[in-house]
Amino acid sequence: MASYGGRVGHRPAESALAALPLLFYLALSATLIGFDQRDGIGAGVRARFAVIIEPMWWLAGLPARTTRALHENISLHGSLIDDNRLLRHELEVSAARIHRLNAVADENARLRALLGGMRGYQLEVHLVEILDVDLDPYRQRWVLNAGRDDGVLPGQVLIDSGGVLGQVIEVGKHRATALLVTDPDHAVPVQVARSGLRAIAYGTGEGNHLLLPNIPQSADLRVGDQLLTSGIGGRFPAGFPVGVITRLQPDKMRLFVVADAAPAAHLDRGSEVLLVHNLPEAMDVGPPAAKARAVPGAEP
Amino acid sequence: MIRAPTSWLVYGSFALGLLFAILPLPAAVAPMRPFLLAMLMAYWSMEVPNKIGIGSAFIVGLLADLVTATLLGEHAFRLVVLVFLVQRFRARLRFFPLWQQALAVGLLLGNDQVLVVIIHWLSGAASLPWLSMLSPVLAMLLWPWLYVLLDMARLRARER
Repeated sequence: MASYGGRVGHRPAESALAALPLLFYLALSATLIGFDQRDGIGAGVRARFAVIIEPMWWLAGLPARTTRALHENISLHGSLIDDNRLLRHELEVSAARIHRLNAVADENARLRALLGGMRGYQLEVHLVEILDVDLDPYRQRWVLNAGRDDGVLPGQVLIDSGGVLGQVIEVGKHRATALLVTDPDHAVPVQVARSGLRAIAYGTGEGNHLLLPNIPQSADLRVGDQLLTSGIGGRFPAGFPVGVITRLQPDKMRLFVVADAAPAAHLDRGSEVLLVHNLPEAMDVGPPAAKARAVPGAEP
Repeated sequence: MIRAPTSWLVYGSFALGLLFAILPLPAAVAPMRPFLLAMLMAYWSMEVPNKIGIGSAFIVGLLADLVTATLLGEHAFRLVVLVFLVQRFRARLRFFPLWQQALAVGLLLGNDQVLVVIIHWLSGAASLPWLSMLSPVLAMLLWPWLYVLLDMARLRARER
């Protein structure tokens, strides 16, 4: 720590002694950082100290929750009626769509059964509230207002009306932490809806930006292409929208193409999201032939 | 000699600092969030050095790591360095005029940002958004107010 030494004291022995606690604590925190980085001891420690952490999160989320509640209480009768009409209209449209899709899904399931595949279409979802809390601003994470007691498990997938939001990484008794698709630690196997091209979408740490590196130059990919989860890896169920390609450019070596994408999910912290329970029997493991071999996880 | 009311003031201010670290801000300003906990740490280690030292910086830092879900030890490391620097230059910092003190705090927090960049770089985490470079500047502008506020609170606590 020579750069922090500043001016050396008159008595070198004394200043060296003064630096001893500093060195001790710095070494201690550096060791902790190393262990957490390598083995992820942080999750276990956080789970143990949930008694301290969860009230803090609850408190920090309080102002946002009260303003939302106030807003809901005060919003005018007229606007509620308008909202109601709009929502009812949307519901009718979606219901009509779902009826049509159900028929297609049935047909699809029959065809799959004929092929002997085990792509399941059983999805169980439930609504989870997001706690309005800013964690470390350099990582993209959310706190969910549900935990082990509510049946949340690590690895469950979060979606909203737009598409895939992320996945649960840490579960406490009443709270859980979710990693968003835009976190630099996150990756999701995707498939281009139009051409079937497969790739992996990495988070970048920026709120509205995903990265798809290492795409062959000959690949069929255009700006505006829709990305869906491919279901490979078994963590994300297949067919959920992930994003839209916004830009294509050659990488530094000019051998591959790097694609930028905008996430499809609404990452501006809506108040509620859907948690997907992946039923084990119905778990989607990619191509039908994957029944025998275990597919290594593509998630982080 | 530190009295009981002041020590409650210390704990209370740290609890508020922790809370401020996770308080939801609009996404546009969130990266500029001043590191209030570090400012409080600087103030208390300057004013009550026999009570608040490197050890308390470490503990408060660990709490901050738990609450903000960062790597365990990241905040602890940053606060330990900060308190060490404050202790080192305490004699001078205390008798600086307020604006000069604010400048020094800005520098300390700038150094803190450098530490964050290094820790993130070593641990392979994301680089910081450039807006976070404004966080020390904001802290510098806030420092005089915080200083006066805490001084008044301490006077009150002592009179009681």
